[in-house]
Amino acid sequence: MERQKISEKFSELREREEGALICYVMAGDPSAERTNEIVKALVNGGADIIELGFPFSDPVADGPTIQVAGQRALAAGMDTQRYFELVKALDVQIPLVCMTYYNPVFKYGVEKFVEQAADAGISGLIVPDIPVEEAADLKNSCEKNGLDLIFLIAPTTTEGRVRKILEKGSGFLYLVSRLGVTGAREDISSSTRKLLSRIETELPKAVGFGISTGKQAEEVRKEGADAVIVGSAFVKIIEEGKDVNESLEALARELKSGIRRAS
Amino acid sequence: MTGTKVSKFLTKDSYLNELAGSKKNSKNGQTSQIKGKYGKYGGQYVPEILMPALEELEEGYEQYKNDPEFLAELDHYLRDFAGRETPLYFARNLSKKYGSKIYLKREDLVHGGAHKLNNAMGQALLAKYMGKTRLIAETGAGQHGTATAMAGANLGFETVVYMGAKDVKRQQMNAYRMELMGTEVKTVETGSKTLKDAINEAFRDWVTNIGNTHYLIGSVVGPHPYPVIVRDFQSVIGREVKEQILQKEGRMPDSIIACAGGGSNAMGIFYPFVEDTEVKLIAVEAGGKALKCTEKAALHSACLCAGEEGILHGARTKVLQDKNGQILESESVSAGLDYSGVGPELAYLSESGRVTARYATDNEALEAFHELSRLEGIIPALESSHALAYLKKASEAGELGEVVVVNLSGRGDKDLETVLSLRRGI
Repeated sequence: MERQKISEKFSELREREEGALICYVMAGDPSAERTNEIVKALVNGGADIIELGFPFSDPVADGPTIQVAGQRALAAGMDTQRYFELVKALDVQIPLVCMTYYNPVFKYGVEKFVEQAADAGISGLIVPDIPVEEAADLKNSCEKNGLDLIFLIAPTTTEGRVRKILEKGSGFLYLVSRLGVTGAREDISSSTRKLLSRIETELPKAVGFGISTGKQAEEVRKEGADAVIVGSAFVKIIEEGKDVNESLEALARELKSGIRRAS
Repeated sequence: MTGTKVSKFLTKDSYLNELAGSKKNSKNGQTSQIKGKYGKYGGQYVPEILMPALEELEEGYEQYKNDPEFLAELDHYLRDFAGRETPLYFARNLSKKYGSKIYLKREDLVHGGAHKLNNAMGQALLAKYMGKTRLIAETGAGQHGTATAMAGANLGFETVVYMGAKDVKRQQMNAYRMELMGTEVKTVETGSKTLKDAINEAFRDWVTNIGNTHYLIGSVVGPHPYPVIVRDFQSVIGREVKEQILQKEGRMPDSIIACAGGGSNAMGIFYPFVEDTEVKLIAVEAGGKALKCTEKAALHSACLCAGEEGILHGARTKVLQDKNGQILESESVSAGLDYSGVGPELAYLSESGRVTARYATDNEALEAFHELSRLEGIIPALESSHALAYLKKASEAGELGEVVVVNLSGRGDKDLETVLSLRRGI
């Protein structure tokens, strides 16, 4: 099935002057079978892009919520082969982004991993533990296979580093809203505002880390973000296991209407 | 002569000049290695948030590593607080048994009972010079945590040590030791609840608090510049050995044996000898129960002998992993060697053939633990017992040579409970 590319999605949204909602869930949590309906619920709620985590045993950039989700997925038997099969079979037309750590990619073979990701209908890759200096192999493979390699920029990232990242990044920029790891938080700090205003780029700016409510999504969009990334709040719903599909859809809807209000 | 002057050696990385990855530094025309790379190993595989902190640390280290005031202060702490220099002891009875002249480098006599304080003191002092007020560290058995607690208390830092829940249970006394010195011990309940999860958690803390916090890594692992910094601060061991053995024997040793988990005591004693190619350098890893893996875990911790190339905790190195690149839990009777990775420079030296990687199983280490206790009246740490265990194998293989130095990296008091419960078959 043909899926949209990230750039296509953003230009479609830009025409409508609408911000994007990017939803993260861990593939295979709680099981590979459930992932399809979970993704569907997010799409029904208004997700524009889905980030599908591939679990890693030692996820240093993630908070406890996503770490535990990774452990559940691994315990339920998720591995590289199954991940690609699952992604390929997903019944969605919006862009899919794979988020994982570098060791699973490296061990599988960078070239092979990227090729199979492209073949499975993935249009972008986020690898939070590979800074731009170490990313040459991965970048080459991504370019060869038409995948976007998405880099993160943090409040601590210096101007010099921002320039290097802008040279290499594609798809969108993942702006880390505050210091710390992934996980739902109440306040969206002023560092988000500063970060959004100091980065000058043609790439869409997506803000993530700590966003969980429609109100926060609205604020972030108002500050100039092109997209809002939400992960842990969805993963928590899956972890709690109560009316999962309905709750996921409702939260996605709330977030998307927050974004729309600000647009 | 205290042997603790660091300046002369801290800048020395000439043996790396001929590596494939080396290049001319255009600024000063000197040849130098590519930042933090040892051949294909090393590097900086960390979240973007940490990159500025690593750059700041590298700058700080470059600024102070040759600073006379910093070096004088470090020298003072190493001498009067840590108890350096440590003796190079001729082990008469052990020598008789194995038919070689065996010397023990007595790092077990360093304050705290292990070599760990050499690095902890160095990094804590560096952090102080860099204006940090808070130290965080990971610990497995508790040795590095204890060393950090000592340095932190002495230099007035707020100190937090992350320790896996399983390890806290196994090493209650060490956790209490740290608390006595004012350190907050945070129990890590995630993942396998051991050292690698404590490292993950320390990284997360650092990511959140990089402004005032120094992450004091305890071994030659992690992203650049840690492998360099820890190696340099531990190199005091090898520099002392070099002077001592020349005084005692009038020549270089034929071989130097050290145990290796992450590899800090091994790199510490090896590094000053790396260019002395007549000296055989042997790293002995923890063979655990056997050099095998189940689906979820390795039965050993021998990354150099049986690991594969991968990326863990910020560095490309040899790791224990499954076919999907998930990191396997490691196993060893010695908590200090029980780690799924190894320092990138050691991985490079081992692959290039300069360092010989061997292993000793749990049982062999336990045998050596008892042997040294009885023969010399020195109870070695279970970690160091792996190095000692290799004496037997090496002498049988005719590999020892005439003059041998073993790094006795720590004392065994902390292991008595473990050994006792093994003897009781618990």
